[in-house]
Amino acid sequence: MAGAPRANPGTSMAALLEIAGISKRFSGLKAVQNVSFEVPEGAIVGLIGPNGAGKTTCFNLIAGVYRPEAGEIRLAGRRIDGWRPDQICRAGLGRTFQLVKPFAGLTVLENVVVGALKQCRSVRAAEAIAAQVVEQLGLKSKCHEPAGSLTLPDRKRLEVARALATAPRILLLDEVMAGLRPTETDRMVGLFKDLNARLGLTILLIEHVMRAVMALSRQVVVLHHGQVIATGPPGEVTRDPAVLECYLGEDAL
Amino acid sequence: MRAPWLDGAPSREIILLCLLLAALILFPALANDYLITVLILIFYFAYVGQAWNLMMGFAGQLSLGHALYVGLGAYAAAALYVHFGISPWLGLWASVAVAATTGALIGFLAFRFGVAGVYFAILTIAFAEFARLAFDHWSWVGGSAGFFLPVANYAKNDLINLRGSPTMFYYVLLAMTVGAFLLCHALLRSRAGYYWLAIRESPEAAQALGINLFRYRMSVVVLSAAMTSLGGVVFAFYYNNLFPEQVFHISRSIELILAPIIGGIGTLFGPIIGAFLLTALAEGLDAIMRAVGLDVPGMKQIFYGVCLLVVVLFLPDGVWPPLAKLLRLDGRRAQGQPGY
Amino acid sequence: MPASIFLNVAVSGLLTGLVYGLMALGLSVIFGVVRVVNFAHGEMMTIAMYIAVALFSAYRLDPLLMLVPIAAVLFALGYVMQAGLSNPFINRPEHSQFMLLVAVAMIMVNALLVIFGPDARGVQTAYAYDSFQLGPLIVDATKVYAAVAAAVVAAGLFAFFRYSLTGKAIRACADNYQGALVVGLDVRRLYALTFGLGAACVGAAGAMLVLLLDVTPALGPSYTLLAFVIVITGGLGSMPGALLGGMLIGVTEALAGLLFTPSAKSMFAFGLLVLVLLFRPQGILGKSAS
Repeated sequence: MAGAPRANPGTSMAALLEIAGISKRFSGLKAVQNVSFEVPEGAIVGLIGPNGAGKTTCFNLIAGVYRPEAGEIRLAGRRIDGWRPDQICRAGLGRTFQLVKPFAGLTVLENVVVGALKQCRSVRAAEAIAAQVVEQLGLKSKCHEPAGSLTLPDRKRLEVARALATAPRILLLDEVMAGLRPTETDRMVGLFKDLNARLGLTILLIEHVMRAVMALSRQVVVLHHGQVIATGPPGEVTRDPAVLECYLGEDAL
Repeated sequence: MRAPWLDGAPSREIILLCLLLAALILFPALANDYLITVLILIFYFAYVGQAWNLMMGFAGQLSLGHALYVGLGAYAAAALYVHFGISPWLGLWASVAVAATTGALIGFLAFRFGVAGVYFAILTIAFAEFARLAFDHWSWVGGSAGFFLPVANYAKNDLINLRGSPTMFYYVLLAMTVGAFLLCHALLRSRAGYYWLAIRESPEAAQALGINLFRYRMSVVVLSAAMTSLGGVVFAFYYNNLFPEQVFHISRSIELILAPIIGGIGTLFGPIIGAFLLTALAEGLDAIMRAVGLDVPGMKQIFYGVCLLVVVLFLPDGVWPPLAKLLRLDGRRAQGQPGY
Repeated sequence: MPASIFLNVAVSGLLTGLVYGLMALGLSVIFGVVRVVNFAHGEMMTIAMYIAVALFSAYRLDPLLMLVPIAAVLFALGYVMQAGLSNPFINRPEHSQFMLLVAVAMIMVNALLVIFGPDARGVQTAYAYDSFQLGPLIVDATKVYAAVAAAVVAAGLFAFFRYSLTGKAIRACADNYQGALVVGLDVRRLYALTFGLGAACVGAAGAMLVLLLDVTPALGPSYTLLAFVIVITGGLGSMPGALLGGMLIGVTEALAGLLFTPSAKSMFAFGLLVLVLLFRPQGILGKSAS
């Protein structure tokens, strides 16, 4: 059956995020159809596919912005489909937005403090954590600038910092490398690898920048027209004829 | 958003504020009754403006029916005093309870049913109008003929029952204004403050960071309503008469938002500066017109309207942010930032 | 109470409601196309009413005959307001635009107060006390004339939007702003035009309403609110909805005034507004909010 998750060889780790048969329609258009995959705990999984494949819709379904019409979503074994986005965040899921949504009137540091407040009750503690995260993302020099004045790459980094500050168990990254120079991309890749290795942060990322996908993902899920057409390690998937066919004409490879 | 200057060592800004406060405390000893009443008005508008600013400037919810809470607070405390002789210091708890419950009702209806933006503003107008008409027919509080508080003796200052000279009200309102300022300052630096600002800037991003939109929106509406109602209590005991047509009228609601908008929405000093500017300029205009012999009702409102127009068109952040920058009181912060 | 009283009151309310509907139609057109919440709507109508009163007391000119010139004056006012105030600030946040019109409304009401004073002014035409009789129905001639005029103007507006080139261009702007730009429509000019049209509606409604009641400056804010109630109840952006809402409000107001106290009739309008905002924010005939 198309879309059925293939068991990852050699992994006995439980799946932190399980998507089973989710579907979503918008005014008759099937954006996501019977999509299933798993994100094992501590893994980095890439979600790729041509534009309009339904990747961001998947994210929105997982994060609670939309409610799936069918199927189940489980986070650490608990069903979270139908929950509100803030409830899902408190359950341990962090996400960034493809169209970045900074708190424009607040400074960079204050933006991240908002995120950090999810795990601290006191503003002081949150500020300390926020300062650390801001440094990790290389935004320290701009931490007192208003977020509205940042360049796009910096705004993307801010999105990541904010989501990271909530100390998530799993982080959903939506095209955070877009528009970055290769050195910046490498730096982000290094950061995520480090967080994954040190803290065991699970990551699910939507990416068009293949360099990052190949470097980071242990497993890749390919979406096309709202359906999963391939799942597997990046090397395999990128040689899959069905995948190559759907990308023909796109210069993603 | 944080005020680094309140973190410890006294700085230029704190010294200035303390001087200003000292001046205000000494003021009644030096000034005549007329000036005292002018400042009473200023403090009143600064106070209720600050309360409204909580909802709009902090959480981004536009209320155009805030006179509702002033009126409810006024009538509750006044009714308890007139009918049962209860002191306004006790009566104000009833005011707060009534206003908070009404705010909670409006907030619940609005946020549960997704009524936002301009529709929310219209909803608040509708509630205020409804109250105006309802109170017009409620004879226990006087109906449309008005509700009157007995005035005993102006010479004697009875703080317990808020009966007394303008000077007494001056200090009460000064204390309230300072209190509101300090409260808002503390709130801005608190978890709630950060969350409110986040909701104002981007509700979706706020949700994605674990913020419960409903709970925080509700809390700001209820707090704002409760704070405003206290202004209503003082209003009732200062003017000693309440007419639904005036108290709940939409022009009252608009009046009380002029100061924060002109001063600067979302800033701490905005409502205060706005109240000073507006009232001072209006009184000045009045004086000029009387001197010229043009004492026509409505001129003052035209003036207010023009001020509002000018500010909305050319100074969208209000008067305070550019002024603060000019006076270099903004502590090297970028312009257009909230909370100062 | 005999049924004939209900019938008379209801019909009377229906006729008045048509005039309300025309006023609300103006607001609906403005909001539906330009997406501006015209907080000065009732005030603009009050201006029209005062113009009618002034013309009548100076030259004995019947307001209905002066309909077109008054509407033209209001059209110009509306055009200038949109072109001069709202258009340059089209990209400001929602509440900014709203406050702009709140300020304009304040200025208008108080300017009228300064110029005309607070006392009520009215128009006493020759046929002010005439009435038509149709079986048990007795209706005021003024109400009939006003309602007919309102219906004619509304029909004219519908026809304009449906059949004329400019009307279609305006509808295109409303449906698809970007698309309109792409096709090369001068959106700002069309916006100003639309605001002018909405203002003209309200001007015409004012000329009719002055036959039915006296005008004071304070009428402005009340009618702004009433227009909002009607438009939201009938459906924001739906022209038939505005007329339908107007008639509905007219009838309920009249009946409520009969069954309860006259001053309580507005409470029903607001109660209805709250219910609609909560349960069917798109109104009776409106499209679902996006």
